[in-house]
Amino acid sequence: MSAPAAGPQAPTGVRATARIAAAADGSLPLLAGDGPLALRRTRATRAGSRVTVVGAMTAPLGGDRLAIETEVRAGARLTVDSAAATVALPGRDPAAEAHYEVRLRVGEGAELRWLPEQLVCARGSRLRMRTRVELAPTARLVLREEQVLGRYGEQPGTLATRLTAHRAGRPLLDQELHFGPGAPGGWDGGAVLAGHRAVGQLLVVDRCFGTDPVEPRMLGETACLVPLAGPGVLVTAVAPDALLLRRTLDAALEALERRSAADVPAHAAVR
Amino acid sequence: MTRSALLVLADGRFPAGGHAHSGGAEAAVAAGRIRDAATLEAFCRGRLHTTGLTSAALAAAAAHGHDPAKLDEAADARTPSPALRAAARRLGRQLMRAARAAWPGPELDALAQAFPKGAHQPVVLGTAARSAGLAPLDAGYAVAYETVGGPATAVVRLLGLDPFQATAVLARLAPEMDAVAERAAAAARGPVDELPAASAPLLDITAEAHAGWPVRLFAS
Amino acid sequence: MHLHHSPDAPAAVSADAHRPDGSRRALRIGLGGPVGSGKTATVAALCRELRDKLSLAVVTNDIYTREDAEFLLRNAVLPPERIQAVETGACPHTAIRDDISANLEAVEELEDTVGPLDLILVESGGDNLTATFSKGLVDAQIFVIDVAGGDDIPRKGGPGVTTADLLIVNKTDLAPYVGSDLERMARDAKEQRGDLPVLFTSLTGPQGVAPVADWVRGQLAAWTG
Repeated sequence: MSAPAAGPQAPTGVRATARIAAAADGSLPLLAGDGPLALRRTRATRAGSRVTVVGAMTAPLGGDRLAIETEVRAGARLTVDSAAATVALPGRDPAAEAHYEVRLRVGEGAELRWLPEQLVCARGSRLRMRTRVELAPTARLVLREEQVLGRYGEQPGTLATRLTAHRAGRPLLDQELHFGPGAPGGWDGGAVLAGHRAVGQLLVVDRCFGTDPVEPRMLGETACLVPLAGPGVLVTAVAPDALLLRRTLDAALEALERRSAADVPAHAAVR
Repeated sequence: MTRSALLVLADGRFPAGGHAHSGGAEAAVAAGRIRDAATLEAFCRGRLHTTGLTSAALAAAAAHGHDPAKLDEAADARTPSPALRAAARRLGRQLMRAARAAWPGPELDALAQAFPKGAHQPVVLGTAARSAGLAPLDAGYAVAYETVGGPATAVVRLLGLDPFQATAVLARLAPEMDAVAERAAAAARGPVDELPAASAPLLDITAEAHAGWPVRLFAS
Repeated sequence: MHLHHSPDAPAAVSADAHRPDGSRRALRIGLGGPVGSGKTATVAALCRELRDKLSLAVVTNDIYTREDAEFLLRNAVLPPERIQAVETGACPHTAIRDDISANLEAVEELEDTVGPLDLILVESGGDNLTATFSKGLVDAQIFVIDVAGGDDIPRKGGPGVTTADLLIVNKTDLAPYVGSDLERMARDAKEQRGDLPVLFTSLTGPQGVAPVADWVRGQLAAWTG
């Protein structure tokens, strides 16, 4: 923890940056938790290594500045998940925003599976989250983000997220979502959420999508799977609650992985 | 430069194909999410602050003089729905046709030649505004207005909604349109990568569903 | 990029008779008229009559998208890639007169993908008596009415009846059953239209669409001549 809160009057909250680096030989040259962001190497269920973010349960509070930096070096395979949902809560100063930065870099022939649990914005919380992904041309990415507006039966806090993915230095996906009482109007109207309380994105980037594009398809009434303009697929879903949202995203991921599995020989050959 | 050019560009009668697009309203009406003036207003307000802001900023950036090819790439990244990318390029090509007749100029010619299948509509609109001698803020206004004007007109046709009520919705949204146009113009002075990317999940999802309807009144 | 032709020509003047590469574009003929007068049936019959000698395509403007296009597809009058449907946002007359951009996109796309074409038929959605085509979209227009719609339509006039390059009074075989007076219709049409031609047709009769096809061939000869 680089700048711990000095006392009850402290104007700023926690500042913490956790860092992960994965190498092609399966090692983790860098695994450094910080403050509320504790990291554990956990048993991998597939090729490559796995890291679980633990203890994020109470963070971030208003005023906190948290960051996770992850580098998956050329040829490495890494899965990052979390032990529990992240719950954004109001800080001592109700007007203070929390900031959460996620920076992911995936090298040539490397794969990152970024599969954290949900982000729940509790009543009164104010969180600004920014995820930046930099992918090498042959990098592979599976990234899931789920936002839940309020704990069960609770009014939501204010959440602003931005997910930006660049591949080979060029923009592939850029999406901002802004919900809750501090967001501009209309966020709960018929164009944006229409009363749904869980929103999710599943982004899969693989250069095989460039040569063998996926057809867009509906996944029920309030979710769809679409090919991006570049070699990626995005699932966008809204649902009444986190459980139904996860069910949709899991089914989509499974279908995409099955499809990719069929490509493995060709995919492995480029390594 | 003449400010009245903005009225020509933003006029619903400007022949650039907008009348055949509902801005997601046809799907929202079918799903029961737009039923009356109040739900139309919530829909329009949400659209204005999401895709409206994003498109207004792209248009303002084009009017500011940023590289249109880079803006078109930014628009692609901000438009995950292939149905909406196709609609944006089609409308861009239609707008290009009208804009080159109204305000011919080398920048519009170059953009038309670089994107024979059509650039994203806001990029064309910003370039057209520039060609008409308008400012980035004006381009932001034109996009903000069409973002809500399109659905409102469509809902009058789809629901038989009282046109006075629909117009009152637009009038009530005017201060927010101003704010969106101003944010767009301010963002246009910064780098292209940092332009707003505000998105509306349901607009993206229902655009894909709508594109698959066998029978529909509007193209999007 | 080819720069040897004026770069603003194709978009600046939508009715320009040449394509961007300098070749002469297809003749475009619009077919308008009230709902149920037989526009789509006339287009289908014209396609059957002309398709062996001419390179043809059709653009439809439905109220509900694709219905007319699908009628043409079901009846297999042309291969599917030669039929394009334009969505009109519940305003078919807007798409053929006030904002013709989507229709121009469609005709140009057809020329790009299945061209070179001799003739493109642009069929409007069924509309009212005031709906006419923009001169920026079509080179000539046919207005189709029928005897069952009432024998006073030619007398009532309106831009379609009065100014169309060809007026078709269709379904003449039904005249005895609906009590329409064909001679009166011919007289009224003459009064409204002066020297502009009027054809009385029955697509199910022995002549069928042949007189209309002859008129179209005449237009085409003038266009290419």
